[in-house]
Amino acid sequence: MTPPPVSRRRVRGDGVDLAVYEQGDRSRPTVLLVHGYPDTHAVWDEVAGRLAERFHVVRYDVRGAGASSRPFGRKRYTFDYLMADMAAVLDATAPERKVHLVGHDWGSIQAWEAACTMPDRFASFTSMSGPCLDHVAHWMRRNLARPTPANLRRAAGQGARSWYIYFFQTPLLPELLWRAGMAKPFTKALELGEGVPSRAGHPARTMARDAAAGVALYRANMLQRLRRPRDRRTDVPTQVIVPTKDLFVSPHLVGGLAGRVPNLSLRPIAAGHWVPRSHPDVVARWITEHITGVRGGPLSATESRALDRARVAGDRRTFEGSLVVVTGAGSGIGRETALAFAEQGAEVVAADLDLATAQRTAELAGLVGPPGHAFRVDVSDPAAMEDFAKSVMHEHGVPDVVVNNAGIGMAGAFLDHTAEDWQKVLDVNLWGVVHGSRLFAKQMVERGQGGHIVNTASAAAFTPSRTLPAYATSKAAVLMLTECLRAELNGKGIGVSAICPGIVNTNITRTSRFVGQGQDEEARSRRRAARAYARRNYGPERVAEQIVTAVRTDRAVVPVTPEARLSYLASRAAPGVMRLLAKLDVG
Amino acid sequence: MSNKVALARVHDEAELERFRAVQRLCYRCADEVAGTLEPGVTEREACRRMRRWLRERGVDDWLHTPFAWFGDRSAFRGFKVPTQFLPSGTRLEEGMPYILDMAPVKDGYSADIGYGGVLGGNRIWERLDADLAAYRTLILDLVRERRTFAAIYAEVDALIERQGYQNRHSEYPGRVIGHQVGIIGGILPKRVGFPFGVRFLQTIGRELVKERLEGRSPLWNGAAQSQHPPTPGLWAVEPHIGFRGVGVKFEEILVVTEDGAHWLDDDLPHVHRWARRETTT
Repeated sequence: MTPPPVSRRRVRGDGVDLAVYEQGDRSRPTVLLVHGYPDTHAVWDEVAGRLAERFHVVRYDVRGAGASSRPFGRKRYTFDYLMADMAAVLDATAPERKVHLVGHDWGSIQAWEAACTMPDRFASFTSMSGPCLDHVAHWMRRNLARPTPANLRRAAGQGARSWYIYFFQTPLLPELLWRAGMAKPFTKALELGEGVPSRAGHPARTMARDAAAGVALYRANMLQRLRRPRDRRTDVPTQVIVPTKDLFVSPHLVGGLAGRVPNLSLRPIAAGHWVPRSHPDVVARWITEHITGVRGGPLSATESRALDRARVAGDRRTFEGSLVVVTGAGSGIGRETALAFAEQGAEVVAADLDLATAQRTAELAGLVGPPGHAFRVDVSDPAAMEDFAKSVMHEHGVPDVVVNNAGIGMAGAFLDHTAEDWQKVLDVNLWGVVHGSRLFAKQMVERGQGGHIVNTASAAAFTPSRTLPAYATSKAAVLMLTECLRAELNGKGIGVSAICPGIVNTNITRTSRFVGQGQDEEARSRRRAARAYARRNYGPERVAEQIVTAVRTDRAVVPVTPEARLSYLASRAAPGVMRLLAKLDVG
Repeated sequence: MSNKVALARVHDEAELERFRAVQRLCYRCADEVAGTLEPGVTEREACRRMRRWLRERGVDDWLHTPFAWFGDRSAFRGFKVPTQFLPSGTRLEEGMPYILDMAPVKDGYSADIGYGGVLGGNRIWERLDADLAAYRTLILDLVRERRTFAAIYAEVDALIERQGYQNRHSEYPGRVIGHQVGIIGGILPKRVGFPFGVRFLQTIGRELVKERLEGRSPLWNGAAQSQHPPTPGLWAVEPHIGFRGVGVKFEEILVVTEDGAHWLDDDLPHVHRWARRETTT
């Protein structure tokens, strides 16, 4: 699809000529995109192209940048002038209607000022990588007034990210550097540091001049606002896209924002500062969702869930608006995990080999949270898992959390295990996790909004035992798979956790295979194991609690019960002891 | 008196009628007291109302004094020590589930009932209460099949697990799902060794010893001493299930004979409530 053509015109701002760019149908709602420093309107090319299919998109080069005039002297770059420019653009392109405001970097700083000082001109506001300067000043003061180590660390973190701001206060030197050819290394740094390769328009050919002139933005406004912050508030429905790997703006700056912005949504994304360039799809989608939500327009289930998830509210449950997939959800840890997430507001997809039990879990989830959904799936069957992943995506969207929990138990001597026994245990316990991780991680990566994968391993993963050769091997593999996956997906904002429960009272003992035993003997072994596990009396709901916490805090490996934690420690500190204990025949 | 030889004669229709009358009295009391429960009332106040109501109608002794559990106490959430079962100062609020449990003795004849309800609406409670109905049928069927008490206990546990709930009767003293009741007499005073009636403790103590000799127990739980077919007599059966801080139970007398069993009375509030729900869905 070719993007709608861009028309360009000039608008008279406050003593300057502004280059204004429009695309899309004028009868549609207007979106105003404001660029940052040292960019031009072209930084939005990708996002604007996508938005123009549904909106009337307006961009302009801010004074000092691109094809707009470059007034001389810092006094010409104060907020008063910037606001007058923006008002002039709005008067010319969207007279007498409210527009949807979007700002990046300095464009966002300006947009905050606009949303707070002329709120009646805006129907919604999306901010990214550019906080309200007054809010930053308040935030700094709050952190320093209550100097806990965490607060000091955050304040220092933002202080360090702002190094260039101090530098820009130096007279002449910044301009000279830009003019002397800083644009080239800057472009290189953008590519290496942010993963944003240069393309026609960005960084702009006018960059050296833009950057030199734009330094005035910092000199005219920064210190003034940081020294004497004003009380800036807005009722405009505001969405802040928070890049968690921003090298210039700390993600912690949004802390406490809800006090000044009652209608606030936060959208964290594992991305750097130039998020409109690195993640145009996600940014365009979020802007569209936010606007559609504000307009009360039709939203798909996935979209309305996403808005729910982003909303900041006092009574909000942690996983509200999240979609959580749990396999093996028909009983034990799986069922309790599904319920625990539902209780925190998540929409749950419960999958199990036994559909009736999955349906029951979904029904119970609906009692404590949003209505759940049930699927029948054999995790060891690759084709069935493909279908399952596809169905979940089509019917409910990309999950935010996937818990690969389905597993079976198997005990007995190694020589009593047949090849089929091994096949079976590895098919479910390992391949089930491989399929689940593979298929859903792919969806999460494609969506680009991060997520979390939880794999249920076992304390047996690090506790060798002569009685559990196949089971422990499969779980050790799950643990290692989890660690590898975690290393890979970390950069994409996807957390991966391994849960190692230990002895938990679930029906796994009643369904476990005890190889090398006759039927009666096996039934006796099952009863004995079930009794022992019941005596241990550690309920699956307590494991579920830890799974929810592991997702919230992104833990790598979670040994759950005290014996699992002890074993985890011993396997590191005293593997010899573990080897000795492994010889005990406890089957 | 007859209790010197047996707790109750299950073939004596006149005697069963006396038991039925006490049980009905209890359910009337529960219905009427439940009707007076308003937001802010404490468990202690509810128990006081039950006690007073029953005393006024001729109750002269107790198997145990009335209990009331409000809110998540109805699922025994966080119960560690037995004193937590006793009526507390917890106040009833809109949407809270509650359980009333009373076991009076009138002229020697006793009953022990449990009555679940909710103040206003509560989705979890509705679901739980609807699912509780299955236990009344299940237990009766299995007793009629003369499965051992321990096996029936295990079947009940399996159903609880399938339904995704928690077994709450395992929190009762002795982890009992039921216990024998009968005619309470003896020479001890009609006092309450809080919360159990002294004469009831005497009776149950005596039965524990006597039944033990025959390899049985007047208490019905999942342990080894319950691995025997249902003992003829009157059994107060009290399955109690819980889910996320909501508990429901029913308790009523099951008449067990040598070759069969039936509920002492089918004209009970929960039976009617379940039937109504069945027809509306």
